[in-house]
Amino acid sequence: MKNIISALEAAKLIKSNSTIMVGGFLSCGVPDKIIDAMISLKINNLTMICNDTSFPEADKGKLISNNLVKKVITTHIGTNPVTGEKMHAGQIEVEFYPMGTLVEKIHAKGSGLGGVLTPTGIGTILENGKKIVEIKGKKYIFEEPLGADFAIIYGTVADKFGNVKFEGTTRNFNTSMATAADVVIVQADKIVECLNPDEVVIPGIFIDYIVERREL
Amino acid sequence: MSLTLKSLSKDEIKEIIARRIAKEFKKNDIVTLGIGLPTEAANYVKEDMQIIFQSENGILGLGRTQKGPDYNKKIVNAGGAYVYVNLGASFYDSQMAFTIMRGGHIDATVLGALQVDEQGSIASWQIPGKFVPGIGGSMDLIVGSKKVIVAMTHTSNNEPKIVKRCTLPLTAFGEVDMIVTERCVFQVAPNGLVLTEINPMFSVREIRNSTAADFIESRNLSEMII
Repeated sequence: MKNIISALEAAKLIKSNSTIMVGGFLSCGVPDKIIDAMISLKINNLTMICNDTSFPEADKGKLISNNLVKKVITTHIGTNPVTGEKMHAGQIEVEFYPMGTLVEKIHAKGSGLGGVLTPTGIGTILENGKKIVEIKGKKYIFEEPLGADFAIIYGTVADKFGNVKFEGTTRNFNTSMATAADVVIVQADKIVECLNPDEVVIPGIFIDYIVERREL
Repeated sequence: MSLTLKSLSKDEIKEIIARRIAKEFKKNDIVTLGIGLPTEAANYVKEDMQIIFQSENGILGLGRTQKGPDYNKKIVNAGGAYVYVNLGASFYDSQMAFTIMRGGHIDATVLGALQVDEQGSIASWQIPGKFVPGIGGSMDLIVGSKKVIVAMTHTSNNEPKIVKRCTLPLTAFGEVDMIVTERCVFQVAPNGLVLTEINPMFSVREIRNSTAADFIESRNLSEMII
């Protein structure tokens, strides 16, 4: 049985100056209430790993707008002009990866691999400073695994064993992030006693804490 | 017909490009469309083509935009719009999405660009210091798709977007197969660009004057199919 806690209790676990993975694709499949609680506690100086920085007034974007993030490791900031403004003003560091590279770096960490070789980015500035490996005449960029102190993820339904299931397009980075952080907190729309094993997408062993989504 | 350049409205330009792109798909193709202009192509694809549209946030079988007022907010496309899915659709996570995209399982990808060059290189993810939206799924898609089609306006503020060598940071080197604009269609051949179709509103001379890259005219140069 896993610890079921409130969004505020979850936010209290997350330390300032830490590296945190945040699940979601734009505003779909995001742990929004844990983010709101983090903002209320002003947990700051964060390095955030996320697919995108969403919109200025939404979920991940609010962490940026509230000046709680010093560095973002992401794939796209085009939907959030505030991230761009802060980047150009030197107030936030942004490290870009192709989406497929970012997810595989996280997966490599979670699955105990020493890194990833990807053809994506060959012939572009993404090669700069990277080790290039040639296999059977084709060039690949070597990318190291990427982990975090915390991962806050979304689930549609969680059971008391930590098993998680999803609906629609809410899976996105949530599944990979669950495997690659020291402490993993899932915010679920609903908690049930026990899911049918056939429905489980993230096995409960990856989850440390469960938050049921409630208005704060 | 003596229509001038100026007589094409933004919507007409979009429609010409989208209609031409739609002709490019084969029955049962698995296709990814970029945000913006490329997405419009879906409006001109006949249903009996049974095209399977893929969305990088985790859908095969992407359908039309949801009609409100009751939205299912758990199903969005890569632009964040609420969408329906078609019969036979599937949902999956980002790792599977890029297994599909980078792994060579997409037949055709259509996306916009800031610049494309004679070598089939494309720049689409930043104008340094000015406009830096980022990479998203574009680099993986271009590297992994069997066919890469660029859909864009021929010029931007009268500046050519088809150039000898991209000056902006590349999204991918030498991966573009075809360029479709409102004025013409280029195929990217191993030795450079080949003009294969031309919108009859424009002359080859006008195409040359608005293109900063060298190209040859195909022996089978034809009217643009739209």
